[in-house]
Amino acid sequence: MNENNDIMILDAVERYIRGEMNPDERLHFENLRKTNSEVDQLVVEHTLFLQQMNRFGEWQKFQNTLNEVHTDLAQTGKIHADKLKGKAKLVYLWNRSKRVTAIAASIAGITALAMSGLIWSISPKNDTQKLQALSRDLDEVKIEQQHQKSVVNNLQDQIITTPAPATDKPAAPQVFKSGGTGFIIDGKGLLVTNAHVVKNAKNIAVQNRSGAIFNAVLVYSDVEKDLAILKIEDQNFKPMAAPPYAFSKSSTDLAEPVYTLGYPRDEIVYGQGYLSAKTGYNGDTLSCQIAIAANPGNSGGPVLNHEGEVIGILSTREAESVGVVFALQSKHIYKALNDMKTKDSAYSRVKLSSKSSISYLDRTLQVKKIEDYVFMVKAN
Amino acid sequence: MKVEFSEKVLLQGLARNDKKAVEAIYKENYSTIQSLIINNNGSADDAKDIFQEAMIVLYEKARSGSFELNCQIKTYLYSVSRRLWLKRLQQSSRYGGDIGHAESTVPVEDDVEEHARRDQEFEMMNKAIGSLGEPCKSLLEAFYLQKKNMQEIAGNFGYTNAENAKTQKYKCLVRLKKIFFTHYKNGQRDE
Repeated sequence: MNENNDIMILDAVERYIRGEMNPDERLHFENLRKTNSEVDQLVVEHTLFLQQMNRFGEWQKFQNTLNEVHTDLAQTGKIHADKLKGKAKLVYLWNRSKRVTAIAASIAGITALAMSGLIWSISPKNDTQKLQALSRDLDEVKIEQQHQKSVVNNLQDQIITTPAPATDKPAAPQVFKSGGTGFIIDGKGLLVTNAHVVKNAKNIAVQNRSGAIFNAVLVYSDVEKDLAILKIEDQNFKPMAAPPYAFSKSSTDLAEPVYTLGYPRDEIVYGQGYLSAKTGYNGDTLSCQIAIAANPGNSGGPVLNHEGEVIGILSTREAESVGVVFALQSKHIYKALNDMKTKDSAYSRVKLSSKSSISYLDRTLQVKKIEDYVFMVKAN
Repeated sequence: MKVEFSEKVLLQGLARNDKKAVEAIYKENYSTIQSLIINNNGSADDAKDIFQEAMIVLYEKARSGSFELNCQIKTYLYSVSRRLWLKRLQQSSRYGGDIGHAESTVPVEDDVEEHARRDQEFEMMNKAIGSLGEPCKSLLEAFYLQKKNMQEIAGNFGYTNAENAKTQKYKCLVRLKKIFFTHYKNGQRDE
């Protein structure tokens, strides 16, 4: 049987099952069923399969209803779900008071601007000396970065957390030289990032969107795949709810829109693009190529598709070209985790979610849910 | 009598995936289950997981039509949740003993087993559909799950006519069946 024939028979079977045949056709088809056991078998099998599909569809819808109801009830306080936790509550209160805070902040901002303008206009002019010193420092960072771009394509950032020279104080004890991005894979404080971000690191710390810094240790590193897993070990860290995104095991299709969150600067930055090739640099099958605007510091950030599934970890970019960025495929996170589990039973309970709870949200809402799970990774 | 009547209405609503009914049952029972889980080595996330799974078991039961109201929804959800959590604790060998109040439960072993089997099938279907790739995935979802008609689908996906879209849909379906039945035979051996 050739393909067209197959399709014709399948079409007949389906119309028969759905009761879309006219009486004559139906009679004819029923005769065919009796005489041709292959067709008969196909009808039985296809009926079963369609039932399965139907049930699957309903099951999916029901799960969505459950998730919606849960979020609604938790938000309105009718059930005491995750809201009980300190952090979630803080976020909730923050959201509630956001507008007031914003107004207060803008008033504070305007006042501060006015004050500094006033001070600048009346203070002696030797202040400019300090300003110049500061900008030279920044220039040095820039040159260093450009140098790095031309030599290696690792998107590692140079973050200088030394206080600005203007303060004239000795440098803070912790000076982090380099950094990137990482994201939570388990609410108890496991993060994924690139191995090159934490390479040769003596100290590692992660910083969340609101600026809180936690100490972290390297628990897994695979330099070949450029994958590292960190664990936050800090008494100030409160376990978070499971991340809202899922982790895709399969490869993504060409042209699928993707987006990323990361810390190319001190502020979390969103970028979007699309999957441009299924393999990475020089045909590397571990990774894939995406067209996205990425800068030093984006390394280790999640690459997500429109359903809110992590499809990769942003790792490197091609130095010569614009918008050619490579990401390690997310299935390697599963592999890394399995490796960890065989070595240390403490991680046996860690399970990556394969169902995204944000697949039906629009992009803005997705990002809102995700951004608390993306951390800046600092190392020295 | 009144309680029984409204429970019946709730179950009918649940079988229809009616959001109001789901919300009513959810609101009524969530905290009981949450304290059961949290008092027995579980987290808030575990509680949500277990409760939602129990809701699915109840949903399946309500849809099958064979659910006789020989116990209250509350008792049923408690029994299922307790069973599910015991099973999970045993799997992670965290606890082998008894939890909660066994005396206030009804036997639900068969329902839970049936659910586990079905859940595995759905997971397989989910995987099979997921590995199809676009546009096959969306095409099949639009027709079989969202029940859109071929004319509409052709328009949405940019096919010149419904006939072409239909041919494409069948090609995708053949692929899906192939993937699904290979998974089915191999169980969950792949990664």
